[in-house]
Amino acid sequence: MGSRVKTKEMNNIVINIENAVVSYREDVALRGVSLRVKSGEFVGIVGPNGAGKTTLLTIVNGLGKLVHGRVEVLGHLLTPGSGHFLRKRVGYVPQVENIDPRMPINVREVVMIGRYGLLGLLRRPGEHDWKIVDEMLELVGMSHLAQRPIGHLSGGEQQRVAIARCLAQEPELFLLDEPTASLDWRAKADILGLVRLIHNSRHLTTLFVTHDLSCLPVACDRVILVKQGLIWGEGSPAEALTDDNLSQLYDMPISAVRERRKEAILI
Amino acid sequence: MDLSIFGYQFMQNAILSAVLGGIACGTIGVFVVTMHMPFVGVCMSHAAFAGALLGLWLGFNPLIGAFGVSLASAAIIGPLADRGELSPETSVGVIFSLMLGLAFLFMGLMPGTKSGALELLWGSILTNTRSDVMLLGIVAAVVVGLVIAFYKEFQATVFHRDMARSVGIPATLILYVILFLTGATITVSLSSIGGLLIFSLILNPAAAAYQLTYSMKRMFLLSAGFAVLSGWIGLLMSYLLNIPSGATIVIVSSVIFGIATILSPKRKVKPWQKKPLPEERR
Repeated sequence: MGSRVKTKEMNNIVINIENAVVSYREDVALRGVSLRVKSGEFVGIVGPNGAGKTTLLTIVNGLGKLVHGRVEVLGHLLTPGSGHFLRKRVGYVPQVENIDPRMPINVREVVMIGRYGLLGLLRRPGEHDWKIVDEMLELVGMSHLAQRPIGHLSGGEQQRVAIARCLAQEPELFLLDEPTASLDWRAKADILGLVRLIHNSRHLTTLFVTHDLSCLPVACDRVILVKQGLIWGEGSPAEALTDDNLSQLYDMPISAVRERRKEAILI
Repeated sequence: MDLSIFGYQFMQNAILSAVLGGIACGTIGVFVVTMHMPFVGVCMSHAAFAGALLGLWLGFNPLIGAFGVSLASAAIIGPLADRGELSPETSVGVIFSLMLGLAFLFMGLMPGTKSGALELLWGSILTNTRSDVMLLGIVAAVVVGLVIAFYKEFQATVFHRDMARSVGIPATLILYVILFLTGATITVSLSSIGGLLIFSLILNPAAAAYQLTYSMKRMFLLSAGFAVLSGWIGLLMSYLLNIPSGATIVIVSSVIFGIATILSPKRKVKPWQKKPLPEERR
């Protein structure tokens, strides 16, 4: 319903994926996916593990390699040659990984990496860049940990730092891969609120991959359901996330879906 | 103690070699340690050794052979290390054993005495010539120059290659530059430290520095410092006790690593961490 207000932006398509196929070794991760995303949209991508959600994100920033189809991002056709240039305008927050606690790099330096692509070769970060980094740390509430080694932070803190890094890049697209995975329920709600706040205040276009359904309804304009490398359904959160759809998406009896919903209400 | 020996040209060459080789090895070591790929370096140093023996056997400059074969091994290892799929250790292990096999094959096929080959195996910093020193100087200057010029690209790539890529840094290119510099450093240090031992002069000082600091800049400085120190102390002891220099240098660098690990603030539980929280603060 909220999307009707933004009729002006309707024609403004910033991501246009046509019939994309991506294969790794012997598996096909995406088997012909077409998707259009308009400027300013907040799109949730939902589906079981291994459905191709992460791959869908990586073809938008050019890290995933197409074997068929085409992808246009921000009005440019994505090719191996244009990848570097486009990636500077696309912020990507990958899934949290374990970081070696002895890694010699602190939180502030990690956030600065977000600006390295923009700066270009042979140019050093100046006062202006550090100012932006400090602002982003403030925004995600991590200023007090700025000087700490990155490996010493908890999962939720690292997730916030990753978001700050992504924002320091001043991106136009905001791609998030399971930003709430492995977080406690308070941290989940906080990160989610933060992402929504940033999306609104910075006029970003956001793709949000998750398998955590409890996050979605509050955040998204549109939900894409992905199953076995194909887009299986889409719609507003209320239309897409029906008991019936979820039971088919996850191959689970409807009664089990209802049971899960009750449990999730806590969050 | 009679130190007039340091007035001789060969000793001056050795001291300079220790400085320049130490700087190059210590700097490269930071990449090897922070990118968690020590085995890749081991593999490349044995490839360089095999290449040098190939040169000795067929009668061309061993340095060219060393550089060529170590780069060839990097060309195979690079894609494996970059993709990070299937544990690269397995494939690197296969290439490592292949290089060792080739090295001993070339040594066996070589006619006449094997003293040249053995020298490449153990190394002898005391027989370095002015041109050896020049070569070390050039490589050290290139390594340090590139690290300073492209510090932020190296830093981002070392920290997380996919993240570096996602902000628009050519991380794959940077990885290959690191492998190329590793090959060059190993090649020019081969005659001083030897094919079997060179790798420890890359790994040990950087591993020691890794124990001591959370700043990458400081880690570069400490690592290069430890490598130079290992060279000097090793050289002095080798002269005073009349023992092989390459081996002594490597043992000294291992001792420095041991001391750094014991003193490391990264693994110590501080005294205040051992006490339960006082009642009034609970």
